[in-house]
Amino acid sequence: MEDAVVNPDLAELPGPFEGKYPIRVRGLRNVFGEHVIHDGLDLDVRRGEIIGVVGGSGTGKSVLMRTIIGLQIPQAGEVDVLGDTITDAQTDDDIDIRSRWGVLFQGGALFSTLTVAENVEVPLREFYPEISDELRHEIARYKVLLSGLPAEATSKYPSELSGGMKKRAGLARALALDPELLFLDEPTAGLDPIGAAAFDQLILKLQQTLDLTVFLITHDLDTLYEICDRVAVLADKKVIAVGTIPELLALDHPWIQEYFNGPRGRAAQDAQERHDAVKATISQDERSTFDPEGA
Amino acid sequence: MRELTEFQLEPVPNGDGRRLAFSGPMTVASIGVADKRIRALDGTIAEIDLSRVTAIDTVGAWSVWRLSRDHDAKITGCSDEAQKLVDAISKADSNDHSVRAARLPLTRRVPEHVGNVMLGLGRGALQVIGFLGQMIQSAGTLLRHPSRFRMKALVHQMELVGVNSLAIIGLMSFLVGIVIAQQGAVQLRQFGAEIYTVNLVGRLTLRELGVLMTAIMVAGRSGSAFAAQLGTMKLTEEVDAMRTIGVSPTEALVLPRVLATMIMMPLLGLYSAFIGIVGGAFLSSVSLGIPFFTFLARIKEVVPLHDVWVGVTKAPVFGLIVALAGCYQGMQVKNNAEEVGARTTAAVVMAIFTVIVLDAFFAVFFTNIGWG
Repeated sequence: MEDAVVNPDLAELPGPFEGKYPIRVRGLRNVFGEHVIHDGLDLDVRRGEIIGVVGGSGTGKSVLMRTIIGLQIPQAGEVDVLGDTITDAQTDDDIDIRSRWGVLFQGGALFSTLTVAENVEVPLREFYPEISDELRHEIARYKVLLSGLPAEATSKYPSELSGGMKKRAGLARALALDPELLFLDEPTAGLDPIGAAAFDQLILKLQQTLDLTVFLITHDLDTLYEICDRVAVLADKKVIAVGTIPELLALDHPWIQEYFNGPRGRAAQDAQERHDAVKATISQDERSTFDPEGA
Repeated sequence: MRELTEFQLEPVPNGDGRRLAFSGPMTVASIGVADKRIRALDGTIAEIDLSRVTAIDTVGAWSVWRLSRDHDAKITGCSDEAQKLVDAISKADSNDHSVRAARLPLTRRVPEHVGNVMLGLGRGALQVIGFLGQMIQSAGTLLRHPSRFRMKALVHQMELVGVNSLAIIGLMSFLVGIVIAQQGAVQLRQFGAEIYTVNLVGRLTLRELGVLMTAIMVAGRSGSAFAAQLGTMKLTEEVDAMRTIGVSPTEALVLPRVLATMIMMPLLGLYSAFIGIVGGAFLSSVSLGIPFFTFLARIKEVVPLHDVWVGVTKAPVFGLIVALAGCYQGMQVKNNAEEVGARTTAAVVMAIFTVIVLDAFFAVFFTNIGWG
């Protein structure tokens, strides 16, 4: 029996994270030149929830995500991810953390010279060289399908895909290592409403199947209503409130009121209410022949 | 130590066939080694037991699903979580699709590649001519509407192409001048004709080397930069954005670069020749005993004026070729970042090759019209 090469950096692999808060941010301060982005920002993300992060343009939503995943070194403050302090860790130390999260960047950020399946294989190859080529190809194929792409897409290059397909391919790569944490930067931006709704449902389904904790930056009110367990609002350089949408609506902050009670917020709210009303009537009349799934 | 997936092959209790009993975690981090061993197993498996599995993720679920599908095996001892994952995975099964881009067998790929290269060469030549025509056309448009001419862009490109390369071209020419004088003197000394070193350095630099070396340097410095700049702009759809706004990319991007190179090339060529002569004079004064200013005075006597004209005539043509190659290749970029690199290389190779071929034609041409 051949001795397979096992990545020595991952010799000590901690088990799944059992704590309550996979992401904890304390007193975060980010500064670009003279411009203070975050000052004294605190945030706790609960295990197994989908947390939506909202805020006006330039409030530092993406910077917050980049800080949490270690791409941006903050001026002050502490960020704990899966029990490890990112802000203290050297780049070599946090290699095992990077095998436990997946990140979907706004444009997909796929490697343009590799096919979709090869993109998915990159993290597998990097972290687990002992996995045979066959298994790696199989994993890449089912991840691509799991992300809602057709099987033919596996051998296509990113330049041959549409914007929505690129996002799905990026999601497949983010899920390559079965992460516990999933970071999504505006997953539905630039998608048509049908595509965006399908993407929302996909994230929800994957989150439920794979027990993911999802950190989701979005401007899409429908996404917030549809899939987010809680919403964190970024304003005045910190997280001013975290809670379910009804909880946030009870607050008297002008930005939150304007955000959720503006014309678009109202429309999304109405759509959600209609949706819930339809669901309620169906469950009341179980003998109804109406099939909500349209099967 | 990281815990790996273990498995045992045992007879099915109270039944026929063999049972594969997994234990430990079945995750992406632990399954690699066990998977290789299972793939090497012979014979069929009737049952897969998961009752001693401590953790499972989609990769583990996939392995279980693949085995049960291939061996038509029953899955037992499955936790709710494992069942949920196996169900989800079974819906995402498609083994028949390659993860690589489609590829022909070698016997067909080679002739096809050769054919494509040949066709590409022919098509490329046509396209370059088309590109040149497009450029001349927009130059014509600009003549009729001079207010649309981008003077700022032109001056900026002239600075990048010309002024910024003075140091490197000067250094190169000075050294080449020294080498010509030194090597020439060694050979001519055998006939006692050392004084002809002056003719050699003067005529060679003004007629041939000054312009040729400058063209090669500009191709490497600016031609490649044009290809990379325009290629990246194509990738980020900046060129398309320009078109939709009504700005012609040929007018705004290509023409200033080509004109700047055509204007700067004769100047750089002359500069290069002069520095080369200074280099030759420097060496002569140090090691041949010809004083520096005597050398320069002799140049005036032995170099016919038409040598200067030969160099100055060739320079803008070479400039046109270098800039055209860079801009043309840059505008051909599509798809991905790798192509920017490939097109940049192609631009430099195309420019230097064409310049050297044309230089040979020029040499014959000028001799035949009596400028020998």
